[in-house]
Amino acid sequence: MTTLPPSISNWFETRGWSLHPHQIDMLTRAQDPSLLLIAPTGGGKTLAGFLPTLAELADGTHQGLHTLYVSPLKALAADIKRNLRRPVEDIGLPIRIEDRTGDTSYTQKRRQRADPPHILLTTPESLALLTSYEDAPRMFAGLQRVVIDEIHALAESKRGDQLMLALSRLQSVAPNLRRVGLSATVEDPAAIAHLLARHPDLCPILIADAGPEPDIAILTTDEQPPWSGGSAKYSIHAVLREVKNHKTTLIFHNTRAQAEIFFHNLWLANDDYLPIGIHHGSLDRTQRDRVEAAMVAGELRAIVCTGTLDLGIDWGDVDLVIQIGAPKNVKRLVQRIGRANHRYNAPSKALLVPANRFEVVECVAALEAVKAHDLDGDPRGAGPRDVLCQHILITACAGPFDADTLFNEVTTVGAYSALTRPAFDDCLDFCATGGYALRAYDKWKRLLQRPDGLWQLRDPRAAQRIRMNIGTIQDTDTLKVRLKGNFKPLGEIEEAFAATLTKGDTFLIGGQIVRYEGLRDLTVEVTRRADKAPKIATFAGTKFATSTQLSARILAMFQQPDWPNLPAHTAAWLALQREVSQLPQVGRILVESFPHDGYAHTCFYGFAGRNAQQTLGLLLTQRMEEKGLNPLGFVATDYATLIWGLDAVTDSAALLTPDGLRDGLETWLAGNAVMKRTFRASATIAGLIERNLPQARKSGRQATFSSDILYDTLSKYDPDHLMLQITREEAMRGLVDFGRIEEMLARTQGAIDHVTLDRLSPLAAPMMLEMGRVPIAGEAREQLMRRAAAELMAEAGLDQFNA
Amino acid sequence: MSGHDFQFCGASLVACANGTLWLPESETLCVSDLHLGKSERIARRAGLMLPPFETLDTLTRLGETITRLNPKTVICLGDSFDDLTAANDLAPDAKSHIIQLQAGRKWLWIEGNHDAGPVDIGGTHVAQTTIGNLTLRHIATDEEAEISGHYHPKHAVAGTARPCFLYDTRRLIMPAFGTYTGGLRSDAAPLKALFPHGAIAVLTGKSAIATPLGKNQRPQDSRGMSY
Repeated sequence: MTTLPPSISNWFETRGWSLHPHQIDMLTRAQDPSLLLIAPTGGGKTLAGFLPTLAELADGTHQGLHTLYVSPLKALAADIKRNLRRPVEDIGLPIRIEDRTGDTSYTQKRRQRADPPHILLTTPESLALLTSYEDAPRMFAGLQRVVIDEIHALAESKRGDQLMLALSRLQSVAPNLRRVGLSATVEDPAAIAHLLARHPDLCPILIADAGPEPDIAILTTDEQPPWSGGSAKYSIHAVLREVKNHKTTLIFHNTRAQAEIFFHNLWLANDDYLPIGIHHGSLDRTQRDRVEAAMVAGELRAIVCTGTLDLGIDWGDVDLVIQIGAPKNVKRLVQRIGRANHRYNAPSKALLVPANRFEVVECVAALEAVKAHDLDGDPRGAGPRDVLCQHILITACAGPFDADTLFNEVTTVGAYSALTRPAFDDCLDFCATGGYALRAYDKWKRLLQRPDGLWQLRDPRAAQRIRMNIGTIQDTDTLKVRLKGNFKPLGEIEEAFAATLTKGDTFLIGGQIVRYEGLRDLTVEVTRRADKAPKIATFAGTKFATSTQLSARILAMFQQPDWPNLPAHTAAWLALQREVSQLPQVGRILVESFPHDGYAHTCFYGFAGRNAQQTLGLLLTQRMEEKGLNPLGFVATDYATLIWGLDAVTDSAALLTPDGLRDGLETWLAGNAVMKRTFRASATIAGLIERNLPQARKSGRQATFSSDILYDTLSKYDPDHLMLQITREEAMRGLVDFGRIEEMLARTQGAIDHVTLDRLSPLAAPMMLEMGRVPIAGEAREQLMRRAAAELMAEAGLDQFNA
Repeated sequence: MSGHDFQFCGASLVACANGTLWLPESETLCVSDLHLGKSERIARRAGLMLPPFETLDTLTRLGETITRLNPKTVICLGDSFDDLTAANDLAPDAKSHIIQLQAGRKWLWIEGNHDAGPVDIGGTHVAQTTIGNLTLRHIATDEEAEISGHYHPKHAVAGTARPCFLYDTRRLIMPAFGTYTGGLRSDAAPLKALFPHGAIAVLTGKSAIATPLGKNQRPQDSRGMSY
């Protein structure tokens, strides 16, 4: 039990503050080796995490680093530094607090290593870098506590795995290190505790009072939501009305594109000139900083934003959260709702705005899930091996290591506790020799085993390159956007989107419409336009897939005899679907075939989420191609895949056989671009290839070649290589999400209802209007290119050249 | 395998879909920028261990073409090896693979900027060569009727970029044949300067697709790695 010294408790008293029960609990259990606190936003979580540290440091006897604070955001580290320094300075505590992130200056960083502060605030990547230095044991020797903020967010990605591997190193250097995790409300606290604690230590979980139930509803509008699309334009006036009636509103979107379009439409209708800003990951850093500053200063009435505001900075006065578009995931919705009203014990207020008719159903399902406290989430698999490979290289940077010791250390990490020795040895061999069937690198091994059995870098200079590539965050390949003749960047767009632009195309960025002029030194040059609507409405952003649990709720809702909980227009739509066809069920796959627009259409309602439905589209069209059904293209949503082609599908069961689909994943899908992207991400993390540095991209252009070539070559000559094993593992989730196809197959067990209709069904109708139709590649693509080239030749009067 | 037949400075040529150039009159097969031993050089210089199969893959593809066309002469248009050390350190089976391909025909190694010097493998080592009125060298000059490599040109049609041949009435630039080679966009400054009055691009891949330059220019995928 740690008690607060009088200086600190007096300071609280003079301000009339009293500690929350969970903050007292944290002090009581301060000596526990690991401890997880689950508390809602605004519950004084961070203070709860730091109180034991302040108490232990108050007498000024501790020398060197005492507490390490790790958060997923640089901005959060800086924010905490400010908030923590205030009481420390007021009380006059002898505590030095500093942050260390990618933005910290070189001299500051050097000084921190020689003379670390008592409290160091950092990110997983900066911490991993610190552990790669030879002097790490000295720096961390006296470390007492580590506080991991927003651990629920880190736990969802490889950043969490990297962090926990780094902690296993620190624990060896500082055996008495105590771990504290701070988490928002999650569906499975025990899973987070398993990640946090040193295996096999137990990790007690403290759950703070969740506070009052949120006040949450669907926004009522005069207009009905449209049949498809994600812009939610129909709700603009109703949203503006709500903004006017509240102090500060956060308007969340699922994608950057939707945020841009909504923001644009909001301004067109903003007759009262309410100050409204936009904040998302594609905007330039300075623009985002400006919006954040204006927000903190209370100058904005609303911010249109994306996941970038899911975490972090306490905005204070937010009294309403609006979620535009179906939330896709109940847990994230609850966390977003928590952003409204950071006052503990006051209900958060939130409104949901379905962007289209189907999302009405999804929003109602999500609302019911929130009320039932039924959170969703997929169990995480074992610790990813690409992160382990990077960890081995980082360990080698710090100095020679013993493989047995490292293996024992790694298996103290919850996610790697079941790692087998052969699996570890494969990773070590990959780091040392490349792990190829062809042992080609005897001369140029990366790691050598010395006569004394320890492993070390063959070339110590390699450490610098390894350090430059630390981290697991994938740079989505983006290009900066600049106004022509102007140095200041407006933001970034994805390369894949840039590749679809031709001169004259207009698109939205930062709420303004710009015209694409050309590409110069890997920067997209644009000019400003005064158009009302952009020609190209969308650019790719993260598209979340609807969670398994939420999909199941929607399917359950379909089986209601009627729908008093849905708006009349939506209920009537479902009733019509039931009349002309049927509604999909949890344990069966509904397939509908109908002619439309001169083509045979088939719709597969798998409810497997967008990514898996997309993969299903790729696999099914390939099987249709083999069967001579001449598919022409497909479109996928969270709930269905619609395929059109020349010939009708009559035997859908033959297309949906589990073995056939799995075989497709192994063979045909292996050559697909999504698999190549998955490979590139893992190969970069594992250290097979280096991150794409901007300066490298500019120089030596013809010397660069795509990682796709490496993937193809490896698949051809060494198909069982570790990197391909990892790629296949990754394909079960993420963009390929084959795991959700497996879930669909397990749930339906071959029960298929194939309905043949003479026209489009009500449920399939919105899919006709969906964006993101995928044409079938292969021979069709070749023909398309030949035709386009021939047209250009003819246009140039050169058609005689084509033999 | 499809090819694009065309006339260049009085000679009949076939730009093959696999990136090789066939000169039917002299039964000569021409390839450029094989960059054999690239993964070895990257390991040596950058410490990265890429899949070490590119030499085998490049030679296998070249062998397939040689078997099909049975050329009297094979001309490698420079940068056949990623550097001279890589050439001399080539695995014994790669060296014997090359010697097999050379059997029964004339084989010319033209010097490139990566491999400016003789290598200890069969064949004749020259700075440049001529066939009829055509001159073949690694890097383009101002001379007319010239076939060269070096730039690894690529060009995009209908959103898909592929390695390509570029030619006008004076010069022809070949695509890189090596498995681990990237491309330089056809609208990059050095290529624009070489073809100030436009050119025909012949895209390689499944089929050879000819298209004029200067049309349909889009930003191409610039992802990649450099060494």
